[in-house]
Amino acid sequence: MAEFLNERRMSLAIALALLAVPLMAEWLGNSFYTTLATRAAILALAGVGLNIALGSGGLISLGHAAFFGIGGYAVGIIASHHQAYEPLMTWPLTIAATNQMPVLWLVAILASGLAALMIGALSLRTSGVYFIMITLAFAQMIYYFAVSWPAYGGQDGLSIYVRDGFPGLNTLRPLDFFLLCYAVLMVVLALVRMISGARFGAMLEAVRQNPARVAALGLSPFRIRLVAFVLSGMVTGLAGALYADLNRFVSPSMLSWHMSGEIMVFVILGGAGRLFGPVAGACIYVLFEHVFGGVSDYWQFFLGALLLGVVLFARGGLIGLAAGRARHD
Amino acid sequence: MKNTVIAAATIAAFAAGMASAHADPVKVGMITTLSGGGASLGIDSRDGFLLAVKQSGTKDIEVIVEDDAQKPDLAVQLADKLIQSDKVDVLTGIVWSNLAMAVVPSAVAQGKLYLSTNAAPSQLAGAGCNANYYSVSYQNDNLHEAAGEYANTAGMKKVFIMAPNYPAGKDSLAGFKRFYKGEVVSEIYTELGAKDYAGEIAQIRASGADGVFFFLPGGMGISFMKQYAGAGVDVPLIGPAFSFDQNILQAVGDAALGVKNTSTWSKDLDNQANKDFVAAYQAEYNRLPSIYAAQGYDTANLLISAMAKAAVSDQAGFRTALEAANFKSVRGKFSFGPNHHPIQDIYVREVVKEGDIYTNKIVATAMTDHADAYAADCKM
Amino acid sequence: MTFALFTEQILNGLQLGVMLFLMAAGLTLIFGVMGLINLAHGSLFMVGGFVCAAVAVWSGSFWLGLAASLVASAAAGALVEIAVIRRLYDRDHLDQVLATFALVLMFSEATRFVFGSSPLYLNPPAMLSGPVMLPGGIAYPAYRLAIIVAGLLVAGGLGLLINRTRLGVRIRAGEADREMISALGIDIRTLYTIVFALGAALAGFAGALVGAIQSVEVGMGEPVLILAFVVIVIGGIGSIRGALIASVIVGVVDTMGRFLLPDLLSGMMDAASARGTGAAIASMLIYVLMALVLIVKPRGLFPAHG
Repeated sequence: MAEFLNERRMSLAIALALLAVPLMAEWLGNSFYTTLATRAAILALAGVGLNIALGSGGLISLGHAAFFGIGGYAVGIIASHHQAYEPLMTWPLTIAATNQMPVLWLVAILASGLAALMIGALSLRTSGVYFIMITLAFAQMIYYFAVSWPAYGGQDGLSIYVRDGFPGLNTLRPLDFFLLCYAVLMVVLALVRMISGARFGAMLEAVRQNPARVAALGLSPFRIRLVAFVLSGMVTGLAGALYADLNRFVSPSMLSWHMSGEIMVFVILGGAGRLFGPVAGACIYVLFEHVFGGVSDYWQFFLGALLLGVVLFARGGLIGLAAGRARHD
Repeated sequence: MKNTVIAAATIAAFAAGMASAHADPVKVGMITTLSGGGASLGIDSRDGFLLAVKQSGTKDIEVIVEDDAQKPDLAVQLADKLIQSDKVDVLTGIVWSNLAMAVVPSAVAQGKLYLSTNAAPSQLAGAGCNANYYSVSYQNDNLHEAAGEYANTAGMKKVFIMAPNYPAGKDSLAGFKRFYKGEVVSEIYTELGAKDYAGEIAQIRASGADGVFFFLPGGMGISFMKQYAGAGVDVPLIGPAFSFDQNILQAVGDAALGVKNTSTWSKDLDNQANKDFVAAYQAEYNRLPSIYAAQGYDTANLLISAMAKAAVSDQAGFRTALEAANFKSVRGKFSFGPNHHPIQDIYVREVVKEGDIYTNKIVATAMTDHADAYAADCKM
Repeated sequence: MTFALFTEQILNGLQLGVMLFLMAAGLTLIFGVMGLINLAHGSLFMVGGFVCAAVAVWSGSFWLGLAASLVASAAAGALVEIAVIRRLYDRDHLDQVLATFALVLMFSEATRFVFGSSPLYLNPPAMLSGPVMLPGGIAYPAYRLAIIVAGLLVAGGLGLLINRTRLGVRIRAGEADREMISALGIDIRTLYTIVFALGAALAGFAGALVGAIQSVEVGMGEPVLILAFVVIVIGGIGSIRGALIASVIVGVVDTMGRFLLPDLLSGMMDAASARGTGAAIASMLIYVLMALVLIVKPRGLFPAHG
């Protein structure tokens, strides 16, 4: 049985299940479950982003909420200008605001990538436990800045009154928006798979396992890690952009350190370094939150217990547990 | 004595139940904070609301209560669930302005009614007002405005004012200055969630002010008042009721005694509806009600009063019935202005100790029939 | 600005620094000896605050509460070490982060379950409740002065413990070479439990001291934990001396930044926006400081190992 349920089949099953839930929900006329599945897909995408740094690169970032939030704020800020019918900036050149998702996504990816470049360039000078604490501290700095910076809502956040549009789709319909997010998730997963199979993936793997040898080959481990960190931040930023449109709202809570912890939880619940690990983890998290959140006010206690159990006893995550292999190699 | 009060309440409830017997059933979705640091506010709102529903004896209200854990994204998700899955007619219960701004604009745009039990940000009172949105509590600036007015009558010539560095904090200081006529010697924005006010207290000591206005809700207010008392500065404090509710005062203790605060409600407010409410609340939950409980109670009674006059499916008729505000408010006088925000009296209370319990007692009326500064911008 | 106000703000910065030191010392000790990163250190801070408040109300004595908080947080630390942390020493930092993050969730919810959601009452003892007059006519809260003194005494005591006692020898041996000490015949499991409990007691002590002038509520330890991380990054991991100096630097820079920046900026822009912007920049100041230290000395000001 354990051999039969290998990882690739598990991945396919997860992908199909995530697609089936909203289709069933729409058929039954209960579009709330579509919203829930959309949330799972977006959080999964955030996890996929972190997984590039964490699973493939071995970089334990406890500050990915920064990129998630920056992606979200990129969308929120542009939308707030657009809905007030004012240009984004007038000096040195006039840039009009937009409500088209492809443009917004591009801005979100660039903004979060730039942030990842700066944070990465500083924190990758160190490693190990320093790296964890520094990424956490920088994310916290951005959090405090968002809370106290008055121009864009501060602690109150920003509302997006109408969800941004995508050519050819009615994003206000829950199913359309879900399919869009699902498609983005699948495309990103395919890209990540492609990259990890290519030369860069091999270099990243080599840096994780033996940085000294990579350096001896004349390659810079710092640069390889930095590229991985920036890619990772970009994907998580894209997830933040989608999350902003899902909730039609952004706030500093997207930047809080609990968010960083939760993104890490998605990756680990499913299984670090596995392509579909974050997808499984995010689905389990959303399901857990929905089911136990209704039963007990103290559901986070049980989430903590589950997480502790997975870390101590199921080191390959739940996919590893189901696929019957402890570690993914 | 207690029994007769409950009996009277039951009879009144029975009568109210008769009146609404023909109404359509109404499904209410309540999103409020039941877990995390701000949970006591949401729990009081919920309990006040449910007490009024229970007293009315009506079978026509179904209340679905959800916990937002004070997280805006979770609140949005719950609103989606209540609207899409439970198909509620009315939403209510949100405690915090930032959560209200995340939920209310899209909910009222989808044709749902929103009755606010607490949060009432300025964005929803002026140009952003909506026919489906009613604030049963106040407009956020009201208590700060009343504090400014009270500072005038108390003869404060130079005040030191402070609030956290976030939108509600800015609104708060703007509200205070709108009515205060003396000199503001210093205006300080503190970090939101800060727990150490040693720096600010040092500046108060050095400022030569004869009054301090502060808006520091929740744990921030607890920290500030304890540290202020310890620093031995004797400049009198005033603030809005948010730092002085029943739960907070027990944590502050003696340090809060004698501090003045402005409120639309107090448990010793002299009217029959309030006396009945306070007695019934204590009997039901075995604790004193807070302003959040009072506002929750009033919100439910407003809804029940409207149900007696119109069916919720008749949108225009139901709105007219809500606007009439034909219910016995625990605040005494209560009516809606043109932007669906209250016109009401605002009182000054003082923190006192009754037995072992720290609580508030009314010492003055700061403003009568007070509306808000944004009504003129509202085009409904 | 008067001299008295300036001095008072410096003292406030010092008090914040001393409090951060109590947190950072435990974290850095645990990392130095066991190589463990502990996110749940803030939860032990919270345990100290809650136990002190509960016992002080029950017994009517702050001092009894303070003693109880030390015992309770040390016990909680030892318990957690034996039940969970012990299994994490051989794991990578990722597992440590996740397991201790799980502990943060569990501690917070369990505390809320036991004590409820409302903040707890805890005030300083009567003998320290007012201000004292310092030379130069400066009135300063007696309790804050007591925190400074207590913190410096603890710092001194910790120095003596590590440099002058048998336990200290073992701790230093553990920091230098983890394989060595078991060869020396030291019961390494007990040593680890003791070090973890010691760190927990320091955090609990800080939580109780600070709880009396701030508010005792769920989640009170998390902002302090992150500040303590900044302190450790600046001071250098594993170094008690570095933690002390960095704590004081962070405390003073943070306090003075919040105090001075809004006034400095009001020379450049109008008063209202200077207040808002100044406060926003002040809240980022210590992180900028951390970034600068990283650029100049990536391993902190006082790196413990090489």
